Amino acid sequence: MTTPPLTSALADQVSTYLKGRARWSALEIAFWIFAFSTIWLFPSKHLILKDTAILALFALSLDLILGYAGIISLGQAAFFGFAGYFAGLVAKYGLITEPVVALIAAGLVAAALGFVTSFLVLRGSDLTRLMVTLGVSLMLGEVANRYSNITGGADGLQGVDIEPILGRFRFDLYGHNGYVYCLIVLFVCFVIARRVVYSPFGLSLRSVKGNPLRASAIGIPVRWRMVAIYTFSAGIAGIAGALLTQTTAFCSLDVFSLDRSADLLLVLIIGGTGYLYGGLIGAVIYKFLQDWIANLTPQYWQFWIGLVLVTIVLIGRDRMQFWIETIRSTVENFGARLVARPAKLAAPDGK
Amino acid sequence: MLTILFDGVAYGMLLFVLACGLSVTLGLMNFINLAHGAFAMAGGYCTVILVNRFGVPFALGLPLAFLATALLGGLLERTLYVHVYARSHLDQVLFTIGLVFMSVAAIDYTMGSSQQFVQIPDALQGQINVLGIGMGKYRLLIIAVCGLLTIALQLILTKTRFGSRLRAAVDDQRVARGLGINVGAVFGLTFAFGSGLAGLGGALGAEILGLDPTFPLKYMIYFLIVVTVGGTSSITGPFFASILLGIGDVAGKYYVPKLGAFVIYAIMIVVLIWRPQGLFARATAR
Repeated sequence: MTTPPLTSALADQVSTYLKGRARWSALEIAFWIFAFSTIWLFPSKHLILKDTAILALFALSLDLILGYAGIISLGQAAFFGFAGYFAGLVAKYGLITEPVVALIAAGLVAAALGFVTSFLVLRGSDLTRLMVTLGVSLMLGEVANRYSNITGGADGLQGVDIEPILGRFRFDLYGHNGYVYCLIVLFVCFVIARRVVYSPFGLSLRSVKGNPLRASAIGIPVRWRMVAIYTFSAGIAGIAGALLTQTTAFCSLDVFSLDRSADLLLVLIIGGTGYLYGGLIGAVIYKFLQDWIANLTPQYWQFWIGLVLVTIVLIGRDRMQFWIETIRSTVENFGARLVARPAKLAAPDGK
Repeated sequence: MLTILFDGVAYGMLLFVLACGLSVTLGLMNFINLAHGAFAMAGGYCTVILVNRFGVPFALGLPLAFLATALLGGLLERTLYVHVYARSHLDQVLFTIGLVFMSVAAIDYTMGSSQQFVQIPDALQGQINVLGIGMGKYRLLIIAVCGLLTIALQLILTKTRFGSRLRAAVDDQRVARGLGINVGAVFGLTFAFGSGLAGLGGALGAEILGLDPTFPLKYMIYFLIVVTVGGTSSITGPFFASILLGIGDVAGKYYVPKLGAFVIYAIMIVVLIWRPQGLFARATAR
């Protein structure tokens, strides 16, 4: 890209600012150190932590399209379930026995499905998108139900035997190895997603979300950007689904259900969209909230989840986002003072 | 073959009564109300309680279900929904899904999770044969009631003053406001009426669709299909869409039973790709 000499100072400033923003902050490093320290801190909670990690990865995939591209989807479960069944089937029939290879393959398969369906999704209004994404996942659910001789139908896919990871670490009953595995996968996917959203590609996505018409006027291929991020997000969702199958050695029709996609939205809303950590934080809060409520009233926890949703909307997400931002910036400033890094470039907020 | 057609029409009529309130809310306020099924469920349970527990005659139970749900709808509209109209679609989806979850758990808590049946008078049970086609009496009743309702709705919408106000508000809210139409009041009334219709549909359909606490989740997708496929600009669009859906669903379940609802979803996706604004939508630039 050529810039006229007059504006080069501004261009430098912008690029310094963007590079500064893309750098890992102290808070982020602390977050991940804490996340990995839970392996030793809470060994008895590994099962729920494992589920949380999977949910966080799944929420991350939705954040990529909702927070960065502005696509409302009720159909992420399609990719989750598709890759889940894929991972289960290849393990059951011994096609790919190595879990890590199977995981990558499942991600690729889900991404392929995402690529194909992206052309259906990227048409029409919010409601049409909602319906088509929902329709795709329900259709897959029906297909899985129809071919019950392969998928096990309503009873779920049974007899899945997952080989040890890298041939050494066997999935144990208490989920120790499973949790470490999920956490590493989550971290790797997160790093990739982070790289993507802070790249020029990610910036162009933000502009598409902000105003598609202007974005296309400055030469951004809006449609292809959407296809690309949808495909990528589908791949991440697929990896999450495959993780679930691998760590539980089971897969049921429930993976395609509407509840799953709706819960996912809730997770993301609790955590906040558009800064990648939303899904992770939301997943932790949601899982422990669910665990706590389910202990109080096993059968009716859905009521309280619904109440939380309604309350969040009535209070207003913007307001909550504002609080979160305030807390975050306070902590970050505090952290920055502790580390005593060079002062940040004072640039206007990127939004 | 003709029996399938007949059942399909009855089913479609029912879907129309259930969903037409939704199409108006969506068209009028551009509001995505996923909780519409919850009102239908409320109507269904209302009838079950009235007819089974208090021995109210079935014919009286139906209008009472309509009234009760309309009141409930109007109340919720004034207290909760008004705050959400101006929000983004995402907020609306979250809000209404939250309501659905709450209603499901609340009904589960108060009424139990098992399926409920309405006691239908003996006169409405059994079949009659017309020209060699077996017709369920109850389904005939549904067709008659829903058909009359459709005609009444169409008349209200096209002939009355309220109808023309409503159409004006749907077409262009701002101009309608400028002309002195109280859009908020029109909408509140319509919302209550639409909820009432959903309640009536739920009461009538308890026999055919089944009534248990997961009703709003199970049928939400059907209502939405009717609305998205039929478009929101008239009531004829959703009407034809629901008849089509009803016949398609019954035929699909009859001929390819294991594939279940696959046929319906496939039809919906094809239609939406072909015409994203719905099959019968007018070409409006909005």
